[in-house]
Amino acid sequence: MCLSIPSKVVKIDKECNVATVDTMGVTREAGLELMEEGDVKIGDYVLLHIGFIMNKIDETDALESLKVYNEILEKLDEEDRRNLVEEDDNCPNRGA
Amino acid sequence: MNKQITLAMGNGGEENNELITKIFYKAFKNEILEKSEDAAVIHNGELAFSTDSFTVNPLFFPGGDIGKLAICGTCNDLAMMGAKPKYLTCSVIIEEGFATRELEKIVRSMKKELEDNGAVVVSGDTKVVPRGSVDKIFINTTGIGVIEKQGISSNNISKEDVILVSRDLGRHGATIFAAREGIELTSDLQSDCASLTHQVQALIKAGVNITALRDATRGGVSAVLNEWAKQSKICIEVNEDTIPVSEEVEGICEMLGFEAVNLANEGTFVLAIKKDDEQKTLDILHSFQNSNNAVKIGNVSDAYLGKVLLLSSYGTKRFLDTPTGELLPRIC
Amino acid sequence: MNKLQLKDLYDGFRNPEVIKGFSKLINEEAKQLKYPINIMEVCGGHTHSIMKFGLPQLLPENINFIHGPGCPVCIMPKERIDHAYILAQQEDTILVTLGDMIKVPGSKGSLQDARAKGADVRFVYSPLDTLKIADENPDKKIIFFAIGFETTTPMTTALIDIVLKRGIKNIFFHINHVTVPEVMVELIDSRDEHVDSYNNRIDAFLGPSHVSVITGSKIYEKFPKKYHRPVVVAGFEPVDVMEAILMIVRQFNESRCELEVEYKRSVSYEGNLKAQALIEKYFEKADLFKWRGLGNVPESGYRLRSEYSNIDAEKIYSDILPKEEIEDHKLCICGDILRGMAKPNECTIFGTACKPSTPLGSCMVSSEGACAAYYKYGNLL
Repeated sequence: MCLSIPSKVVKIDKECNVATVDTMGVTREAGLELMEEGDVKIGDYVLLHIGFIMNKIDETDALESLKVYNEILEKLDEEDRRNLVEEDDNCPNRGA
Repeated sequence: MNKQITLAMGNGGEENNELITKIFYKAFKNEILEKSEDAAVIHNGELAFSTDSFTVNPLFFPGGDIGKLAICGTCNDLAMMGAKPKYLTCSVIIEEGFATRELEKIVRSMKKELEDNGAVVVSGDTKVVPRGSVDKIFINTTGIGVIEKQGISSNNISKEDVILVSRDLGRHGATIFAAREGIELTSDLQSDCASLTHQVQALIKAGVNITALRDATRGGVSAVLNEWAKQSKICIEVNEDTIPVSEEVEGICEMLGFEAVNLANEGTFVLAIKKDDEQKTLDILHSFQNSNNAVKIGNVSDAYLGKVLLLSSYGTKRFLDTPTGELLPRIC
Repeated sequence: MNKLQLKDLYDGFRNPEVIKGFSKLINEEAKQLKYPINIMEVCGGHTHSIMKFGLPQLLPENINFIHGPGCPVCIMPKERIDHAYILAQQEDTILVTLGDMIKVPGSKGSLQDARAKGADVRFVYSPLDTLKIADENPDKKIIFFAIGFETTTPMTTALIDIVLKRGIKNIFFHINHVTVPEVMVELIDSRDEHVDSYNNRIDAFLGPSHVSVITGSKIYEKFPKKYHRPVVVAGFEPVDVMEAILMIVRQFNESRCELEVEYKRSVSYEGNLKAQALIEKYFEKADLFKWRGLGNVPESGYRLRSEYSNIDAEKIYSDILPKEEIEDHKLCICGDILRGMAKPNECTIFGTACKPSTPLGSCMVSSEGACAAYYKYGNLL
């Protein structure tokens, strides 16, 4: 029962306690019953689950994670390059 | 088999195949039927003959309506056997109380599509049944086409062939789900409902070495690939990141837990053509508006006969199975 | 810092290069593991992700997954499905429930079968859709058959809240919500000593993504503290799962045993307090809840508090709802699979008598179940 997808809030209807969220060009209404009043704002990224907004996605943490992944890739790339250079250096066929 | 017919048996996937095999094929046993092609090839390979019934709900959806669907559906089945659609029949079962204006709209739609295909309706039947006996209107069309390229068959695919799709997947299925009551979504998504006759004619005219064609209706591309793998006794290996899916379809799939390869299409077809003709085929398809993003998605091997393999871009693989069950949104 | 785009939240956590990167790191660092480790992913969504993205193919031999009972549909006991079946057949009644429940077989059949026989069963995407059905059918009784873990529980309570506040008289509830930590304890506690070898011991848990969004990661504190099992709460995307596995490997290599959160962007320690308050308002824990394949797990299920008996279908219809226990199929080894003592392909009826279209046991019943995931994706392992 955990399928939940990130969406962006594009509209808020305070009277009906409902927000309109956008998931890649598909918009849907979602209930705000599980969020504190005023907590959700237009432009927020939220998790949507069976018609309700369940929480707000922390943008800073998300960006932080993505940054860490890029660093890991860079580090691995560097290692690969170094290994290639070493292999090349140590290659018995290499001319002196 | 179940004691009662369930909705899943109409899904175009595993249960549907079981129903057809165990009840209908068993009774109507004959060589032509057992070939399980999109249309029957009859009369010494000269004619293609096909039938289809249409029960889509809602009747009018972005990109089309039941009338357009009824003509495209049958004409496309004929086109998939390399035939030019010529003569169609049209039978309707209408619920008492159905709005005449809506019926006219539907029939006008059918007329437009017939003209596009160069086909005519030569016979038909009309029934009106009491309220509640059918859901608004059901349409059946049966068609005969003249085969312009013989030998197109889902039973002859081999390692010499490559697998292409004519456009991005899942539009019709996604649109219907979005338009249906009970699931409120708003998007610009439109069904891909269209006739494929012109593309097929162009390919035939250009002398492309076509092995097989099939439009990916119920059960989507995954049903077609699985049928081909079983019928031709081959393995189809699909590169997951080449499968074209539009952002809006992806959005609906994310939201409802579907996979685009399992969603129905009504104007998208899968091709198995000889390797050497890949570029030629793509060039021809790209010249048509509704196949301008046609792309190669896979190859044929003998790794796992009768199965379809999905290869990820990070080095893993899994089987892509024929869809089962009613296509309910996955909640979990 | 770049502005976050919605696409980043999808693509960024499915990036094939990053998946490969983590695979490399895990394979490197797992070499230092003193013994092979078994990680239980509790949540069915994780089982699905792991199998769909083929992650076991990227991991070294000394890291093994044990698939947990994390699918509230799969663990629904036959007795309760029979309740749904019987309620659906009542006159002037519409049974409303979520998606996958339709296919789960009880002893009389599934809700799909009940519908084929004429019962009015509706599946909805959201509990809120029940309101429309009730509105359009004022002379019918609408029974919402509520299912799900802590992720879904607050949504049912939100519906209850609306029903009571608006004074809607024709909606009733049959509650089958279950909770995760109790079953995790049960799985650790109930293991056979003979079985507790390297092969079958649960060494660490991959904490569920969205249960944790609601409950907060605080609910797993006792696992490292009392049961000495590290817990890493992970997101669903393949990058999330791989990162969490690396975090677990590092805990073992650094002799740590902690609760960590990989899914930082959505999971906090405290969780969604408003949702928790709603659950507390309407529900209390039932002493026991029977989990299909596992038996009774104490304090693992919710029921409506007694002051809401007037909307409690289980109480209102208690004279027609059977109370006898029903045995699972003799050849079904779901109990062993859920405890991590067997794999789906070791079951004698896996893929033959028991397959997704004709499921005999809980693990095959929903697309999230271990057996269903294996059937669909697993033949290549």
